[in-house]
Amino acid sequence: MNFVVTPGWYMTLAAILFGIGALGILVRRNALVMFMCIELMLNAVNLTFIAAGRALGNLDGQLAVFFVLVVAAAEVVVGLAIIVAIFRLRQTASVDDLTEMKG
Amino acid sequence: MVELVVFALMGGASVLGALTVVRARNPVYAAMGLLATLFSMAVLYVLNLAHFVAAVQIIVYAGAVMTLFLFVIMLIGVDKAEDLRESIPHQRRLAMALGLVAVGIGIALVAQGRFSWVPVVSSPADPQATNGTVEAIAAPLFGEWVLAFEATALLLTIAAAGAIALASHRRPSPVLEQETGAS
Repeated sequence: MNFVVTPGWYMTLAAILFGIGALGILVRRNALVMFMCIELMLNAVNLTFIAAGRALGNLDGQLAVFFVLVVAAAEVVVGLAIIVAIFRLRQTASVDDLTEMKG
Repeated sequence: MVELVVFALMGGASVLGALTVVRARNPVYAAMGLLATLFSMAVLYVLNLAHFVAAVQIIVYAGAVMTLFLFVIMLIGVDKAEDLRESIPHQRRLAMALGLVAVGIGIALVAQGRFSWVPVVSSPADPQATNGTVEAIAAPLFGEWVLAFEATALLLTIAAAGAIALASHRRPSPVLEQETGAS
């Protein structure tokens, strides 16, 4: 057994985090917590990008993470605005009560 | 050896934070768990020589995004308990099994493949080639990837405009109407 931390270790950690995030999406009903789980999954993918970029020996993985961060920031802004708008209309943040697209 | 210790500490912290996000009843605790995960992720990025991305992770995620999350949690209110009835029978148990299967498949793929898709694996790779300093990131970002960079600028503008359009949509809320009607 050699205890050198290879990129595979980081990818395994990323797989575990992604699984926990997906589990949260399936289990939780609060729209805000589901949103946080999406962020968790995005971060797991970012870690995979970084580890793969290091294994490949170039900077493309880090650039991909940069763009994912920008898209995630835009997504959070719009998503939270939608949650607040829905809360104003319905007084709830539970996705069980939001079963139709009609406003 | 140092990398192993830091990896174990930060990996454990990130998994604990992720479990807190899923388990916590109070959304504020979930946000704090997410914050722990984001910080330990930043440390793991530094371990992988992604210095600039780690700084951006702290500033954008742990700074701006978490502030926005906490702001919305306070706006919506944290006192409402989550409905624990299962609208789909055995939903939690099924979700748990599915999550375990997903994690197992992920770990098995990583362990099985042993990075056969990576042409040249030397771990750690050439530190000069993967050292993510600001200069090293900026050269391809404003050269090869400049079109994508401009597209993200457009995306951020559209997102800001969309958020303003969604947030400024005013209609009289029923609570306010009742209050004015009562008085």
